[in-house]
Amino acid sequence: MSVPENLKYYKEHDWVRLDSDGLAVVGITEFAAESLGDIVFIELPEPGTEVKQFDKLGEIESVKAVSDLYTPIGGRVVESNQAVTDAPETVNDSPYDDGWLVKIEPGDTSEMDNLLSAVEYEALLAAEG
Amino acid sequence: MAPFGGWDMPIQYDSILAEAKAVRGGAGMFDVSHMGRVEITGPGAAAFLNRILSSDVPKLRIGRARYGVICNPQGGIIDDTIVYRLDEERYLLVPNAGNADEVIDWLGKWAPDEGAVMDVITDKLAMIAVQGPNAVTILDAMTQHELSLVKPFRIVEVPLMGGSALLARTGYTGEDGFEVMLPSDSAVALWEALTEAGVTPCGLGARDVLRLEAGLPLHGNDIDATTNPYEAGLGRFVDPDREGYVAGNALKHIRDDGPDRSLIGFVMTGRGIARQGHRIMSGADQIGEVTSGSVSPTLDMNIGMGYVPTGFSDTGTRLQIDVRGRMVEASVKPLPFYSRRKSV
Repeated sequence: MSVPENLKYYKEHDWVRLDSDGLAVVGITEFAAESLGDIVFIELPEPGTEVKQFDKLGEIESVKAVSDLYTPIGGRVVESNQAVTDAPETVNDSPYDDGWLVKIEPGDTSEMDNLLSAVEYEALLAAEG
Repeated sequence: MAPFGGWDMPIQYDSILAEAKAVRGGAGMFDVSHMGRVEITGPGAAAFLNRILSSDVPKLRIGRARYGVICNPQGGIIDDTIVYRLDEERYLLVPNAGNADEVIDWLGKWAPDEGAVMDVITDKLAMIAVQGPNAVTILDAMTQHELSLVKPFRIVEVPLMGGSALLARTGYTGEDGFEVMLPSDSAVALWEALTEAGVTPCGLGARDVLRLEAGLPLHGNDIDATTNPYEAGLGRFVDPDREGYVAGNALKHIRDDGPDRSLIGFVMTGRGIARQGHRIMSGADQIGEVTSGSVSPTLDMNIGMGYVPTGFSDTGTRLQIDVRGRMVEASVKPLPFYSRRKSV
């Protein structure tokens, strides 16, 4: 199970990365994608939506179950990944790259300190067994 | 793995969508040993079952199977089941796993005191459903029996895996194939031989998607003791006019008056997947509830079933499904959603 070191994690199995353009890119982890199974539907917020850290951001549905998606960071949604709403299986195939979900203009980047490092997230996965 | 009807059952082996596709395009297998198996034997077996089952049991000929429902005296559906006539005085019932105990209690209540003996053989026989366009050819090669000549809803006893097996041309996927019943100690060998032959192992997730595409109701979702067979679209499997049939009076009334509501199929025309329990709306009014809903990989649409008043059951009627607070457009569609090309 891959847990890239350059990302920060929220315990609900979401990841976030701060890019050099100042935007935060958000997605779900490989663990989450594999646990869900075949992802068939994704509902993401409209650009312009304001969200607070750990707010519900949208919904991800596999054949059998619906899961809420939470944002690891607060701010304003600037883009939702059209490619994954059109082809949700992209998230199964590439959870950390092509399968990113939203880009957020962060309100306060210090919120990143409330998140887990890759090592801490791996420990969480190990504990959840 | 997940608990289901008192058994630990696989929801998926690999991917639900891949498994469903394998069944539609090749062959898949399901371990359905969790379903009940109850043998009724004796000179009074037919008369006894005729009081319990919705169809005319004495008319069923040896080697044939018939789908039907078991109703309580109010006409509510305790379970749906297939009855097989194995011999002159020997019948086999296959109730659903979660209802097997209730069905056995129910049968016991109507007392086989008329020369019929009930024997629960669930643990003696395993049951593996092999389904898909290639299923018959693959099983044919294992049995030395012209299985392609066995018609739908027929059952034969043939040598298999060094023993004797019952093969019924029935299933729950809308696809061609057989349900194989064989001694439990031979089941693993058959599973391995089928794997070797390229048959894809499938879990409950794929089974649920496939049966919904085929418009087949699932007891506990689409039918239960609060629904009757006429509103569930199962009227053709019911003969209420038989002497001594325990649900006859109630079902005659429902048939003659016509049901108030109908189990309909619908496709989502807006973005969203309907799930069991979602409200079915017509504008601001709730008119029903979704009983089953899923993505349909075969049709590449999102589909569902639910009960609505009969005035809303015409094909093309526009509805909205309340998907966790979002009203998503849907349209009534005739069942089944999917029907295979008839090749037999």
